Amino acid sequence: MEYTGAEIFVKSLLKQGADLIFGYPGGVVLPIYDELFKTPKLRHILVRHEQGAVHMADGFARASGKPGVALVTSGPGATNTVTGIATAYMDSIPIVVFTGQVPTALIGNDAFQEADIIGITRPCVKHSYLVRDVKDLASTIAEAFYIATTGRPGPVVVDLPKDVLLAKTKFEYPETVELRSYRPNTSANKRQIEKLAAALEEAKRPVLYVGGGMILTNAAAELKKLAHTIQAPVTMTLMGLGSFPSLDDLSLGMLGMHGTYRANMAVTHTDLIVALGARFDDRVTGKLDEFAPNAKVAHVDVDPTAISKNVPTHIPVVGDLKDAMKKLNAVIAESKVDWKAKHKPWLEQIDEWKHANKLEYVKKTNVIKPQFVVEEIDRVTGGDAIFTTEVGQNQMWAAQYLTLKRPRTFLTSGGLGTMGYGFPAAIGAQAAFPDKVVIDIAGDGSIQMNIQELGTAVQQRLPVIVAILNNGFLGMVRQWQQLFHGNRYAYTCMESQPDFVKLAEAYGALGIRATKPEEVGPALEQAIAARRPTIIDFVVDREENVYPMVPAGSPLNKMLLA
Amino acid sequence: MRHTISVLVENKFGVLARISGLFSGRGFNIESLSVAPTLDLTTSRMTIITRGDDAIIEQVIKQLNKLIDVIKVIDFSEEDFIERGIVLVKVNAEPSNRAEILRMTEIFRGKVVDVSAKTYTIEVTGAEAKVSAFVEMIKPLGIIEIARSGKIAMSRGKKTLG
Ligand SMILES: Cc1ncc(C[n+]2csc(CCOP(=O)(O)OP(=O)(O)O)c2C)c(N)n1
Ligand SMILES: [Mg+2]
Repeated sequence: MEYTGAEIFVKSLLKQGADLIFGYPGGVVLPIYDELFKTPKLRHILVRHEQGAVHMADGFARASGKPGVALVTSGPGATNTVTGIATAYMDSIPIVVFTGQVPTALIGNDAFQEADIIGITRPCVKHSYLVRDVKDLASTIAEAFYIATTGRPGPVVVDLPKDVLLAKTKFEYPETVELRSYRPNTSANKRQIEKLAAALEEAKRPVLYVGGGMILTNAAAELKKLAHTIQAPVTMTLMGLGSFPSLDDLSLGMLGMHGTYRANMAVTHTDLIVALGARFDDRVTGKLDEFAPNAKVAHVDVDPTAISKNVPTHIPVVGDLKDAMKKLNAVIAESKVDWKAKHKPWLEQIDEWKHANKLEYVKKTNVIKPQFVVEEIDRVTGGDAIFTTEVGQNQMWAAQYLTLKRPRTFLTSGGLGTMGYGFPAAIGAQAAFPDKVVIDIAGDGSIQMNIQELGTAVQQRLPVIVAILNNGFLGMVRQWQQLFHGNRYAYTCMESQPDFVKLAEAYGALGIRATKPEEVGPALEQAIAARRPTIIDFVVDREENVYPMVPAGSPLNKMLLA
Repeated sequence: MRHTISVLVENKFGVLARISGLFSGRGFNIESLSVAPTLDLTTSRMTIITRGDDAIIEQVIKQLNKLIDVIKVIDFSEEDFIERGIVLVKVNAEPSNRAEILRMTEIFRGKVVDVSAKTYTIEVTGAEAKVSAFVEMIKPLGIIEIARSGKIAMSRGKKTLG
């Protein structure tokens, strides 16, 4: 029996176990939409803007660990996905984005709604396909999911010309995918693991520096075991948050530009830094040649290009992080070292740093401090929620003040720093976990970048809560202007702001405003109890800054503390 | 340092764009490039000449390997290898310099591949140094047009790319 490309598309997704699409229709993808109409098993969430669809697929993937799927039309539909794709690429998130394309005979003719989306997205995809023959469609879809989810994960774009969706062929979905040109190295070399274990045995002041790879490979349990066995402190990047409980005695919290005092001091004084699924981003290292100046560097990563890219590495380990962690734990289990005794002076030193400069802010009774809102969110939810963030001060306060316990509970655009990410990502996460509390910790600027998705949340009855830390500024940029540009606040104040409560109501969502500290907790409780899409407008202290701060280009130990 | 890198790739739509995009996007330079299918028509062989310090070349090779359509990468610069390029040079062939042109062509073991009343077109093949030396020698005699190919390369002995 023969099927159309559109039928094969639907069958392939179901075979793949992907039963949720975030999408937006248009001319060339109509054949697929016609099939979706007949296939209620394959759920489709209609977004309000294609960027939203990709961020939702991304949020779905980060929260669930399963690949996210987006479907859009050609031309403007496809170009609207670019920021979402680049966001997923920078953070190594497995998503597959299907774009419609004009019929093959018209490609290259500047046809109506034609865009060379393969060309436009080439630098920000893990891989991409233009399907030119319906016979290749099923195998291409299988390859796309395989590539997106294996090795270092990432976004894959599949461009689907309309004639391919209408042409017919047999349906055969490959059981397994094997590509001679792509064999992700998943097994860590035993020798290198032994070298790493030996270095740990020798080190006096080791630090485990953990990135998003720990979450992508679901290796949090192995990390906990390693850290507790060898009694080594753990610091996390923004992307690594959640992989190690932040209230654990061995947790140093986040490092880098807005990292904790103790994390940045520990990294500056360590003699062995063990990078686990992290990539020495400039927001983490500060001034590169003064980063961890006394340290040997060990680096475990599935992507060989990440190793020795920014920092010379003494002990490279290429392979799947979870596999490497298991092997490392096995070797460590044989060790005769009394780790506790060996690291006692180091942990005492860290304890001193911990108490010297805690994360702190001046509490007020007449005005809401943004940090207080995050603390209240943490308290009211008991940390049992999925958090997303926008970008700016809101993101950094969320990273600093949430006491995250579990992986996949903190979704944030780290690499690209995409304002407008958090809200659609929260919708995607909520679609994956309809019963969980999902909260987007937002800024008043960022939320306006994808506010239209309120319509999606209301239509789908996804009870996402948006907590706007409304400082009436593009706060993080204003902070830089204050600190580094002589208080000249050039174009960082949106003097006209919507009434967010009325805006929520206009969309059929719940709107709440809090202007006093004592209203913060009750507002959150009301929102959580409502179980419907809610915006809470927290009117906060306008010129609060994020501290500590390592000015761009400074070494990590040169922190501005207040 | 100058490196000669051969890359075996899937002969698929857009591969060349991915490779050239990788170089331009990451600020690596391409001095010369050649591409053609191998005996197995599903693969192509590319030879890229690039310059950079060890850290850059290491990144170039890792990044090439990371591309999904790349099957294998060899950096020849560590070993003994054969490199060849070809140049076509159209020169002014005046009665006064014809003999000199032919003499140079012979020294460089080139061939005259086209002759007209006023021009000779000469073909020379060889490694970069030889081709460049020929062009330098012939320049004073009046080059009208020049076309140089990218380089191709192969290991000496038994070793192969793929
Ligand atoms: C799409 C996009 N445009 C611009 C920026 C630059 N940028 C970074 S933070 C920021 C201000 C964000 O303002 P707001 O959402 O109100 O957050 P706040 O810092 O006030 O908490 C800007 C403009 C960005 N990160 N993303
Ligand atoms: Mg703001």
